[in-house]
Amino acid sequence: MQDCFQLNEKDKRFIRLRKSIKQLKEQRGALIAVLHQAQEIYGFLPEKLQEHIAEELTVPLSEVCGVVSFYSYFSMKPRGKYLIRVCLGTACYVKGAGEIFAELSERLKISIGETSADGKFTLEASRCIGACGLAPVLSINDEIHGRLTTADTVKLLEAYRQRRSGDA
Amino acid sequence: MHKQEARKSHAKIKSINDLAKIKESYKELLSMRMAGQQYGKIFASKRSALAKKGVTHQLLICRGTGCDSSDSKGIRDALKKELQQAGRSESVAVVETGCFGFCRLGPIVVVYPGGTFYCRLQKNDLREIVDEHICGGKVIKRLLYHDPETYEPHRQAEDIDFFKYQERIVLQNCGLINPLVIEEYIARDGYLALANALNSQRAEIIEAVSQSGLRGRGGGGYPTGRKWKFAHDAVGEEKYVVCNADEGDPGAFMDRSILEGDPHSVLEAMAIAGFAIGARQGFIYVRAEYPIAIERLQVAISQATELGLLGKNIFGKSFEFNIELRLGAGAFVCGEETALLRSVAGFRGEPRTRPPFPAISGLWERPTLVNNVETLANIPQILLKGPRWYAAKGTEKSRGTKVFAIAGKIANTGLIEVSMGTTLREVIFQVGGGIPNGKKFKAVQTGGPSGGCLPERMLDIPIDYETLLAAGSMMGSGGLIILDEDDCMVNIAQFYLEFTLDESCGKCPPCRIGNKRLLEMLTKITAGKAAEKDLALLAELCTQIKAASLCGLGQSSPNPVLSTLHYFREEYLAHIVDKQCPAGVCKELLSYGIDQEKCRQCGLCKKVCPVSAISGNAKAIHKIDAQVCVKCGECAKKCKFDAISRRRS
Amino acid sequence: MNKTGYSRKSVKPVVSLTIDGQNVQAVQGSTVLESARKSGVNIPSLCYLREVNIVGACRICVVEINNLPTLQAACVFPVSEGLVVRTNTKKIQDARRAVLELLLSNHPNDCFSCSRNLNCELQALAHELNIREIRFTGDKTSIPMDTDSAAIEREPEKCILCYRCVSICSKIVTANVYTMLNRGFKAFAAPAFNRSLADVSCTTCGQCVTVCPTAALREKDQTAAVWAALADPDLHVLVQTAPSIRVTIGEEFGMAYGTVMTGQMVAALRKLGFDKVFDTDFTADMTIVEEGYEFLEKLQHNGPWPHLSSCSPGWIKFCEHFYPEFLSNISTVKSPMSMFGALAKTFHAEALGIAPEKIFVVGIMPCTAKKYEAARPELSDSGMRDVDVVLTTREFARMIRQAGLDFVHLAEEDFDTPLGVSSGAGTIFGATGGVAEAAIRTIYEHLTGEELRQPDFVQALRGMDGVKVANIKILDKKIKLAIAHGTGNARLLLDKIKKGEEMYHFIEIMGCPGGCVGGGGQPILAKKQRWEKDRDYRMDRADALYRIDEQKTLRRAHQNPAVWEIYRQYLDHPLSEKAKKLLHTNYFRRGKF
Ligand SMILES: Cc1cc2nc3c(=O)[nH]c(=O)nc-3n(C[C@H](O)[C@H](O)[C@H](O)COP(=O)(O)O)c2cc1C
Ligand code: SF4
Ligand code: SF4
Ligand code: SF4
Ligand code: SF4
Ligand code: SF4
Ligand code: SF4
Ligand code: SF4
Ligand code: SF4
Ligand code: FES
Ligand code: FES
Ligand code: FES
Repeated sequence: MQDCFQLNEKDKRFIRLRKSIKQLKEQRGALIAVLHQAQEIYGFLPEKLQEHIAEELTVPLSEVCGVVSFYSYFSMKPRGKYLIRVCLGTACYVKGAGEIFAELSERLKISIGETSADGKFTLEASRCIGACGLAPVLSINDEIHGRLTTADTVKLLEAYRQRRSGDA
Repeated sequence: MHKQEARKSHAKIKSINDLAKIKESYKELLSMRMAGQQYGKIFASKRSALAKKGVTHQLLICRGTGCDSSDSKGIRDALKKELQQAGRSESVAVVETGCFGFCRLGPIVVVYPGGTFYCRLQKNDLREIVDEHICGGKVIKRLLYHDPETYEPHRQAEDIDFFKYQERIVLQNCGLINPLVIEEYIARDGYLALANALNSQRAEIIEAVSQSGLRGRGGGGYPTGRKWKFAHDAVGEEKYVVCNADEGDPGAFMDRSILEGDPHSVLEAMAIAGFAIGARQGFIYVRAEYPIAIERLQVAISQATELGLLGKNIFGKSFEFNIELRLGAGAFVCGEETALLRSVAGFRGEPRTRPPFPAISGLWERPTLVNNVETLANIPQILLKGPRWYAAKGTEKSRGTKVFAIAGKIANTGLIEVSMGTTLREVIFQVGGGIPNGKKFKAVQTGGPSGGCLPERMLDIPIDYETLLAAGSMMGSGGLIILDEDDCMVNIAQFYLEFTLDESCGKCPPCRIGNKRLLEMLTKITAGKAAEKDLALLAELCTQIKAASLCGLGQSSPNPVLSTLHYFREEYLAHIVDKQCPAGVCKELLSYGIDQEKCRQCGLCKKVCPVSAISGNAKAIHKIDAQVCVKCGECAKKCKFDAISRRRS
Repeated sequence: MNKTGYSRKSVKPVVSLTIDGQNVQAVQGSTVLESARKSGVNIPSLCYLREVNIVGACRICVVEINNLPTLQAACVFPVSEGLVVRTNTKKIQDARRAVLELLLSNHPNDCFSCSRNLNCELQALAHELNIREIRFTGDKTSIPMDTDSAAIEREPEKCILCYRCVSICSKIVTANVYTMLNRGFKAFAAPAFNRSLADVSCTTCGQCVTVCPTAALREKDQTAAVWAALADPDLHVLVQTAPSIRVTIGEEFGMAYGTVMTGQMVAALRKLGFDKVFDTDFTADMTIVEEGYEFLEKLQHNGPWPHLSSCSPGWIKFCEHFYPEFLSNISTVKSPMSMFGALAKTFHAEALGIAPEKIFVVGIMPCTAKKYEAARPELSDSGMRDVDVVLTTREFARMIRQAGLDFVHLAEEDFDTPLGVSSGAGTIFGATGGVAEAAIRTIYEHLTGEELRQPDFVQALRGMDGVKVANIKILDKKIKLAIAHGTGNARLLLDKIKKGEEMYHFIEIMGCPGGCVGGGGQPILAKKQRWEKDRDYRMDRADALYRIDEQKTLRRAHQNPAVWEIYRQYLDHPLSEKAKKLLHTNYFRRGKF
């Protein structure tokens, strides 16, 4: 059942994590803030990482895991290089976001929460990113794209496919 | 994200006088943006500081989330480049602002003096603006907003219907000031209300808020003054002020715009609240989906702290107030105040029953005032202009203005602020410009997942808390989703249920299991598998979920079903009895057929059909076997001759 | 016992409210549910568990309050002056039934083959609310069972998310094993990552099992293994019963809390076919002798202090996970059960001339942790498992029912000798404070030559306060004692010791609140609403043990002639080489997670 992820103390990411835990530790109720940092650094929150956080913050592991499983922002699975989040909020839904999602799902051959075989794309849904005026919208990592049609989406996907590593 | 303009660091502000000095030094910059045509006179006069510095123009460019996604960052960079090439970098200031409200038209650049409103810009338009407008003084008609009906170009924002009917109090600074420069906020009388408050009695402040009639904009509409009084009266060594910036309602983005465009108004209000109730610590719980808002809040907090407007000894008084940010992590229920407080404390966002109310026992069991972003953003204005001024707007029970996000099947999607009591029709047809593409209006959904859908015949009701509630919907945070004839009301109800089920915390069975069962029933209906008697059970389940659920999420989750069942019963019956989806949305009730007149026997459809439902060959006609067809729609997509039609069976 | 600051009570003002038209006085800070029940109005409840779980989750206890538009959960709604409560309107009935039907619509309809059949709070509630039809149907939760732990099984599909296990394990046990996982329809109670209970820091105390309203949590049923052993003609099957079983087994057959059923219990065991019926009280006496000598040695060398008791496996595992720094302070003496097992397969085997492999030892215990203890590999000093199968009181009752015995009316019988002879000291092991009292009786007499007669001191050791402390002067030595029951209380105590705030010579720790009378294997009586009773049912059970003790002539462990007989014949003397090999053990540091 347990994933095979191991923490490496010499890893640069580990050093970064240690630093942010040190900073946040004093803050009351720091768990969620630390999880945000840890996910930002490692990309996901595997079991070993959660154990480490539980240990450092002296919070029960069950509580850490309960929190991670509650919030949709936290993921225990590694994500692809590009995280595509199609907004399925109301404004986007009535403007056809469902079809955009279906198109992406079909093209990438993955369903919600999954990562494409080449490890490039992870497909997720989000619930409104506040750009409803441009519905339908989706975000790819930090970039938001609005006023989409299925055709635009296909083009967009191709554009990201072509991007060389490094210019993420 | 974009860098902050280099800002001189200032000495701490200790008095109203210090505040006034800053205001004075930024006054002209702002009056150029506001005075419109009359600005010319000031500029011409010898007193003009800007003229002395050689600043002739200001270009306001929207850097809100909406416009950023239409690449307003690229536009800014390109604009700066053009200005440099034209040698106008010094004399033309580029000011990055928050959302104008008309995000659909982004990227937007407004040229001052004069306030010429250019929209939907592309990079190659910018040279023209610099050459023709800035240097040549000519307005470029092509880039103006054109009325969709009359095709008339409108030069200024104020000429456009979308802006014309608005009354901006909360949004007064959005799209006008640079949110990253605290001095611009101060120049708009920012922090003056706080300075005044610190010179008055706590009871007076609370009384003023009460008199204004302001009610919570987070959805519940609870009188803000009364809430402040409870928090003030509560005993506790330590108290907290928490700003609810979770804005979970999909389709609503007013809080986001305020935080991005005018973050100091919220900080100032929190400090005032802190003083009024006796708190020294504030928290802003902001959703992680709003990175720009988060960044601007961080900058705003650090600037306010730097100037001594937050921290110890504010305005030289013994009052101390600090604000920390807490990030959400993707849970709609965390907008509910007790869940929010659990989340601020780092736990699963599970609501608890009230009483005790947060004002008595909230964060870490201490008295906690929870207010919404928009509620707070009203406070400085109310205190500056007086509660009577505010109370004079709106209706008897719902005073002031309200910001609405209009989206969906409407011409002018965006953010507007109008007086309470404006009718739905005015908002949708005057400000919103009606339904595009010649389609017919069907319903407006207000109040998000907790609200309801209102039909055409309810359009003339005034928007206020009680009227919407009586109509079976609610104010909620102010999201208005407009639906047209292509939307299926059962499908919309199903959509909302999917949302609430996904976002239910799972603590109590009526919501956790009830909404699941509700969704299953709706799915049965949209699949044409329900019987008429199921409607009674559906309604019964709705009633019980509302009655027995622990928190507002479950207590209101059946509203989309109940309101559609009430106003659009015939659509439910069409699905159940006639096995038809009148709007042609519900997949399983559609049937595909080939129009023999149009078909050219090309065979493409046959190739793509995943279940080989299509027969025919080059000579024989192509036909779809309805028994086999799984209604995937692939064939219709592929046919180049538009021969395959989707019918409401 | 307030001196230590471990518990606090204060007087609160009274308010008056109206419940169903009746005027009711209630203490400020209490809830509508509590005050209604006090005044004879029974509001049905499901998730509520007095003093443990007050979360308002299940919505069964909803009532109408004032003119509030939504129904309110009585179990969490605080009383206040002038409140008007209605508990039984049509609206309320409809809502309660709908909520229950929804719960049942996501529940396996397994009652026939369910361990909680006829003793299930969910089932009882369905009966109480007269559910005759489940109108709602749809997908059900589907999550596999967890059967890896030696002690406890989980069946998440029967979980109704009442939060009781989460609360008891975090607040009372403080092992923090459970959390709610996921959210919405996908939520359920489980250890982190839905790991097996065998892979987390579970003490196996079984407290969660005793509070779970359904069969979602339950002991690992091993009755089949015992039936098989009994049916095997080659095996010599021995049974030992823990001190507390005799005062709790009756509850399974309709007797009141704290009914003494020793004779019937022995008779039932003989009828079930056990070859010998022995008493764990015997090895409890032996424990006192061994541990007494161990303690006297420490007294001579002045330490290391504190000396911690070792007979509760729930506590031992707790210490191994969370306080490994105290492991070397724990007495190395085995628990009475394991001591018994070791002697049964050595001394007893030799005495009877039976090959130890042919001896099958069954323990009837109040405890799920004993199932785990019996499976510990180091407890095999006889060359094989010391104890073959542990049954809880509940499983024992199942065997009695299965055999069709009329338990209550069985003619009383006596234990077999010699491993069935015991003193009152051994018997009170079953209640919190009992081990300490038994030990001091012996130590005192050993050092002074006189019988301990200090009623005040003895009283201080008894009762249900979470942490009890008492001092006793023996000759020139002042001995400080502390007693904690429930590992949460142990945590409070150990933390203070760790910080150097307090020091004790002798500490008794029991894993379960109340000691073994509150054990995780004891009868669960859903319909008796034991949690709603004002008086702690564990007090009733403990009092019964003290009554047995009082009625005995043999009241001090070292007076037990059978104990000395074994030393004479087999073990030489307390703490001898042989005694150390057979009667002592060691402990292991285990991960926090
Ligand atoms: C399910 C649910 C979601 C909510 N979401 C929000 C939200 O996103 N933002 C908000 O300000 N209030 C939200 N509320 C309302 C808050 O609980 C609370 O009433 C509000 O923050 C109080 O502030 P106000 O009095 O200024 O409106 C929500 C309530 C419920 C029941
Ligand atoms: S109503 Fe829904 S969201 Fe609210 S507590 Fe119950 S399960 Fe959670
Ligand atoms: S794809 Fe269109 S034109 Fe071609 S065979 Fe099919 S229906 Fe006819
Ligand atoms: S809709 Fe899909 S299944 Fe039906 S005929 Fe067309 S391609 Fe085949
Ligand atoms: S847990 Fe209770 S309701 Fe569920 S199957 Fe077992 S006896 Fe029946
Ligand atoms: S109670 Fe009803 S369901 Fe159960 S065995 Fe008897 S008849 Fe059958
Ligand atoms: S496992 Fe049992 S005690 Fe725990 S939440 Fe589920 S039903 Fe309640
Ligand atoms: S057996 Fe004890 S420690 Fe283990 S989960 Fe249950 S209550 Fe917690
Ligand atoms: S107190 Fe008794 S029942 Fe509880 S774990 Fe210890 S030995 Fe077992
Ligand atoms: S609904 Fe999609 S961005 Fe708001
Ligand atoms: S984000 Fe630019 S107008 Fe709204
Ligand atoms: S008993 Fe009150 S909500 Fe469960």
